[in-house]
Amino acid sequence: MIAWRKLIGGISLLVSLALASAASAHDLATLVANLTKGGFRDREVAIGALAASGDGRAAPILQALGAGRLYVRLADKTVVIGEPKGDHLALIEAVTGEPAGTAVVDALKRVRVNNRLRGLIDDAVSMLTLTSPDAGLRRSAADSLFEQRDPSALPAVERALAAEKDPAVRRALVEARASLVLASDDPSKAQKLEAISIVRERGDRDAMGILQAVASSSDPDIRAAATLAARSLRQTLSVWEAAQNVWYGISLGSVLLLAAIGLAITFGTMGVINMAHGEMVMLGAYTTFVVQQVVRAYAPDLLGTSVLVALPLAFLVAGAVGILIERTIIRFLYGRPLDTLLATWGLSLALQQAVRTIFGPTNREVSAPSWMSGSFLMGQIDVTYSRLWIAVFASMVFAALILILRKTPLGLHMRAVTQNRSMASAMGIRTPRIDALAFGLGSGIAGLAGVALSQIDNVSPNLGQGYIIDSFMVVVFGGVGNLFGTLVGAITLGIVNKFLEPYAGAVLGKILALVFIILFIQRRPRGLFALKGRFVE
Amino acid sequence: MITRFLWKGVDRTLRWFIALVLAVGIVPVLLNLMMPASSGFHVPSWVLQLVGKYLCYAALALALDLVWGYCGILSLGHGAFFALGGYCMGMYLMRQIGSRGVYGNPVLPDFMVFLNYKELPWFWHGFDQFWFASIMTVIVPGTLALALGWFAFRSRVTGVYLSIITQAMTFALMLAFFRNDMGLGGNNGMTDFKDILGAPVQADGTRAVLYLASALVLALFLLVSGAVVGSRFGKALTAVRDAESRMRFLGYRVEGYKLFVFVLSAAMAGIAGALYVPQVGIINPGEFAPGNSIEAVLWVAVGGRGTLIGPVIGAFLVNWAKTYLTGALPEVWLFFLGGLFVAVTLFLPKGVVGLWARLRAGRSRPRGTATA
Repeated sequence: MIAWRKLIGGISLLVSLALASAASAHDLATLVANLTKGGFRDREVAIGALAASGDGRAAPILQALGAGRLYVRLADKTVVIGEPKGDHLALIEAVTGEPAGTAVVDALKRVRVNNRLRGLIDDAVSMLTLTSPDAGLRRSAADSLFEQRDPSALPAVERALAAEKDPAVRRALVEARASLVLASDDPSKAQKLEAISIVRERGDRDAMGILQAVASSSDPDIRAAATLAARSLRQTLSVWEAAQNVWYGISLGSVLLLAAIGLAITFGTMGVINMAHGEMVMLGAYTTFVVQQVVRAYAPDLLGTSVLVALPLAFLVAGAVGILIERTIIRFLYGRPLDTLLATWGLSLALQQAVRTIFGPTNREVSAPSWMSGSFLMGQIDVTYSRLWIAVFASMVFAALILILRKTPLGLHMRAVTQNRSMASAMGIRTPRIDALAFGLGSGIAGLAGVALSQIDNVSPNLGQGYIIDSFMVVVFGGVGNLFGTLVGAITLGIVNKFLEPYAGAVLGKILALVFIILFIQRRPRGLFALKGRFVE
Repeated sequence: MITRFLWKGVDRTLRWFIALVLAVGIVPVLLNLMMPASSGFHVPSWVLQLVGKYLCYAALALALDLVWGYCGILSLGHGAFFALGGYCMGMYLMRQIGSRGVYGNPVLPDFMVFLNYKELPWFWHGFDQFWFASIMTVIVPGTLALALGWFAFRSRVTGVYLSIITQAMTFALMLAFFRNDMGLGGNNGMTDFKDILGAPVQADGTRAVLYLASALVLALFLLVSGAVVGSRFGKALTAVRDAESRMRFLGYRVEGYKLFVFVLSAAMAGIAGALYVPQVGIINPGEFAPGNSIEAVLWVAVGGRGTLIGPVIGAFLVNWAKTYLTGALPEVWLFFLGGLFVAVTLFLPKGVVGLWARLRAGRSRPRGTATA
């Protein structure tokens, strides 16, 4: 008897569970079916209902709807989600998640949404994702709710907050709740004031936007609190902005350093201004392009290392071209710096045209390896990996050069020739050989600069022209004979340029920088770190 | 007295050359205006326009030679003075368009209407008068040269540093004039000119007059330069070029000499630019490009720096080659230009004129004697 009752109890429980799940599936099916019927207004209501249901399948269905992958199969009116697979679509049933075969696009009717619906879908998905098992997803859902400021999400946030254990996600949820409290009319004034201080603590640009919106509220206390918070936040943000500008300046300065240091070496040792220096940079960039093409053709999985392979090659190519130039042209113009300037200018024109003839005048695509893409946030400063690596690279090159100049015999001879050419020659140093090697070294470093520049700039025959004037300015400003002059000159010019930019615009900032240098030269005609000692002009 | 001064400094070769320039100026104009179009002797108007452009370039080259060949200042920014003079003339020509522009505004040029200007900026006032515009073509480049020169020469910036500074100047000006909010035409420049002094700019008669004016101005510049260079002032100038420190220690005011020539040369370049603009019909910020100024240096180098005839010849030769090559073999042009730079500095340090002199000296001298 008792077993009978248990059996009937068990069976009825099972049946009721089955019925309940069937009912909920039936409910879900009804909700999903409502998504496909009617116009955009009806769809809006259906989305809201589906979101409120809290069903585990609701989030993927809504995401598919937002991405335009929710269809109705015309044959049997089932609602399906389609993934493109060749020219067919692989289908899964929306309600159950089971695979449902394949179909062509013509056999399906897409469920359409407009932009407004997409916004609502994003909100709904965030709310549903708040309960996702993945902490990262929960965190990003909380962040997007903070930005969207939709007051109807408040109950969902409160529910999630009550159940949340992870401290980082709790923090994000608290901030999201604060933002939603400020956006809705229900909460009390005390709650709103507390929300203002929470938002202020978050301290980024989105928080600034929210505080500025609240500062136009009708309640004077709230208005005052929001204005005060906004002001203090603005000060913090401007400090971060200045730091960001310093970073941009350092990054620009490192690029200038790479481009100008070769010029400083050749000018210091030989007193010639090499107007073809920009073309050495261009040659380095094109070497990177060629290496990338070769690697793509013969060893495609090594693509991430093509930049590293290109580095020594670019040095050798540019250095070899530099030595060739020195031996064939510059050597005969010894003692006539202005003539060398003109000859190298002509050379730069010829080199540009040669590259144009071989590679074509259009930009060539050089892709950055994966470890140089993307960015990360340091406080409120956005740091891109490519610029970070270039700055690191520039300092490595600089350190290597200091080592060469200080510790090697070649460096010693080069310094001797820079300071007093005739005396060095009298001491037995073969100045023509040193000239060639110095020119080769300077050009080789320009080639290295070209490799770095190919990652952040367009690779075209005109690449060099964009940097030649700036390189001159660095050399003129920093002085020759001392590598630290070039370093200080490059970083200073980079930072000055970047600080002038927000106030005067990029072009006017550049003009002001040029005028500044022209005036600076009046005070120190030989640059910041001028060569001391006797110097016959 | 002035004519005596002018005539005394001019030697025989220069006199012949000035006569040649005047002939080049007058004869084609007569042939253009008098001869019927079908005649073989007729000089078409496009030839006048092209050669008129060459004449303006020759004047620029002459101005550059004055500072470089005779004073040792390698100015890589002389194109800036040329362009500034051109802009002054351009402003006058824009004012002359009046209500015949696309927007029909009698006072504001088209680009100002397009950019929603309500009234003429202050620096445009007065440019509707030809005499004012003419004076400004001299004053504006001259003032810039005065300012730059005073600062530079006073601090004894010389050699390569000075060249780079002049390049930076022209580059900065180019960037500034490309900005659309300067009120000077922006990146489109000034064009679509209608009248100059009442005569339509594109009419044959006007072209002929402009051509004649260019030739006359070139002849005048040659005269003035010859006088300056042949006088005692000119001798001191070449001494400054050759041994600046020594001149300073001898008591000469080196800065004053340099500044005078620099300003004179800038004024000459400005006038050349002013004559250039109505003949080509447009002035835009591209004229400030550093490459243009360096090409001007090439003209002087090819012709022969330190002579007055050389730059004129060099300008004609190189520009004729440019016109021909960019039409017939465009890819070759830049190779040719680059090669010319290298070849001239390596093999022809005295340019074509120097080569000519060497050939003549080589023929009259007996074999076996070392020639310099």
